[in-house]
Amino acid sequence: MRIPLSALIGLSITSVYFFCAIFASWVAPYGMAETVGDVWEPSRLGFLLGTAPEGTVDAQYWLGTDQIGRDLLTRIIYGGQTTILIATTATILSFTTGSILGFFAAVSGGWVDQALSRFVDLVMSIPSLILALVILSAIDVTVVTLIVLMGLLDSTRVFRLARAVAVDISVMEFVEAARLRGEKIAWIIFREILPNALSPLIAEMGLRFIFMVLFISTLSFLGIGVQPPMADWGGIVKENKDGINFGISAALYPAVAIATLAISVNLVADWVLNRTTSLKGGRS
Amino acid sequence: MHPILKLVAQRLSLGILLLFAASALLFGLTEILPGDAAQAQLGQSATPENLANLREEMGLNRPALTRYAEWIGGILTGDMGNALSNKLPIGEQIGKRLGATMFLAFWAALISVPVAILLGLVAVRYLNRWPDKVISGSTLAAISLPEFMIAYILIFVFAVKLGWAPSFANVPPDMRLLEKLHSISLPIAVLTMVVLAHMMRMTRAAILSVMQSAYIETAELKGLSSFEVIRRHAFPNAVAPIVNVVMINLAYLVVGVVVVETVFAYPGMGQYLVDAVVKRDVPVVLTSGIIFSAVYIILNMIADIVSILSNPRLRHPK
Repeated sequence: MRIPLSALIGLSITSVYFFCAIFASWVAPYGMAETVGDVWEPSRLGFLLGTAPEGTVDAQYWLGTDQIGRDLLTRIIYGGQTTILIATTATILSFTTGSILGFFAAVSGGWVDQALSRFVDLVMSIPSLILALVILSAIDVTVVTLIVLMGLLDSTRVFRLARAVAVDISVMEFVEAARLRGEKIAWIIFREILPNALSPLIAEMGLRFIFMVLFISTLSFLGIGVQPPMADWGGIVKENKDGINFGISAALYPAVAIATLAISVNLVADWVLNRTTSLKGGRS
Repeated sequence: MHPILKLVAQRLSLGILLLFAASALLFGLTEILPGDAAQAQLGQSATPENLANLREEMGLNRPALTRYAEWIGGILTGDMGNALSNKLPIGEQIGKRLGATMFLAFWAALISVPVAILLGLVAVRYLNRWPDKVISGSTLAAISLPEFMIAYILIFVFAVKLGWAPSFANVPPDMRLLEKLHSISLPIAVLTMVVLAHMMRMTRAAILSVMQSAYIETAELKGLSSFEVIRRHAFPNAVAPIVNVVMINLAYLVVGVVVVETVFAYPGMGQYLVDAVVKRDVPVVLTSGIIFSAVYIILNMIADIVSILSNPRLRHPK
């Protein structure tokens, strides 16, 4: 199997991010809440690139320090852990709920399908950020409630895709045959439909994951996502945003992290999508 | 009845039904979730006594259906009650802020819509050549960043380093239009970039699907000039999808202002909503939430109606 260069780049950057997220406590040079220096010390990176202010000789910290003197690289590594953990779990929840309900609606048809589909239409008629804000104003914000909220809100989109794919599959002969031999609905969903619906769903998974990363970052930035002292990328921007007005770029580094992660996951998802569609083209 | 009128009437009544269903969903969610508005407001410090007092004061002891009816009635008549946190009337605040938000969204739309359509046309005209690749690549980058990140990058470059525009969007009512525009130039730029990327990608896809249909090929083969092909065959068929794209993105713009207003401390609806969520002021959150949803639902409804009206197959019933 040949992997195109763009997918290879995407795959390696994504792996680096996931590696850092999983082994954050080994990779990070300092402790998450450890104060190591002064407020907003200049970064070594800026020094090497020649963008550091005049007169600086060298800097100790790769990305400098944050608003209370913690090492920013460490914060971003731990922040990545929180962001990626929440986004991954929410994506898994969204896919399990969305696809099972979507397949169930497609296989059952009739009023079950109607009821589920109209309810999803209703939820999707409200912008998800607004819906999330309304819900978050009424409940206690913890990592678990955030994951459940984001996963369930996003499962409406997976539901639509899964239902559309499954409606096409459920009229095929092998599904009909399974029905006629009296298989239960769970068998039809997991043994007949799921294997055939997997590839479009997996391609969509990458896009949903990026959406989750952007969504949790936005919520944390607005101050209603991950709560301090935990770090996440949106929260780091919120903590360091006042520095921007003094020309301190600390708040911009998480932007680089989010953008590179999003673009590399996109590259991988594009490749998966192309591979599955060309596979279908070759078969027919 | 004429079939177009019938379809439009159907879509309108569906929209109204959806508005009520959405308001019921939002209201119902704050009801069935654990805790209520009084609990959220008092937080950890709540004692059973002051909790009971606040519930009594807010009328939370009455049945949910009565309160829902009162809430909807209040919104329709403009009397939306008072905010929990500062006791100011919600209706008055929203009246002021809705105008400010519309002002921001209007200018962002005015810039982004023509530019997006133009870039979409350019991308299709030079399909798979370098202008298309540059446009598609840069819009992918814009989509991969959350709004607040784009905002801070622009603030860092244009407000702090270059000093061209203010980093806080302050627009007192007696300001002249040009000064106002200068003050909100960065928020407009952020909103434009975010919406432009989505709108341009969707416009490109819409025009592409029209340009690749068989009747365009026929028109080319029968010797029409490329201008005539576009004017007589491509444009009439592309209007509906493009209007659809524009409307969907205007709806998206309405949500984008929530974050952008917070970044630039712009006194609009978005900032009001986020502040209320942080203060756990459920009545304000609910009312501004339903206003955002209503604008979103109405814009989507207009998109559907335009595509019904522009479909010539419905104009000549058999």
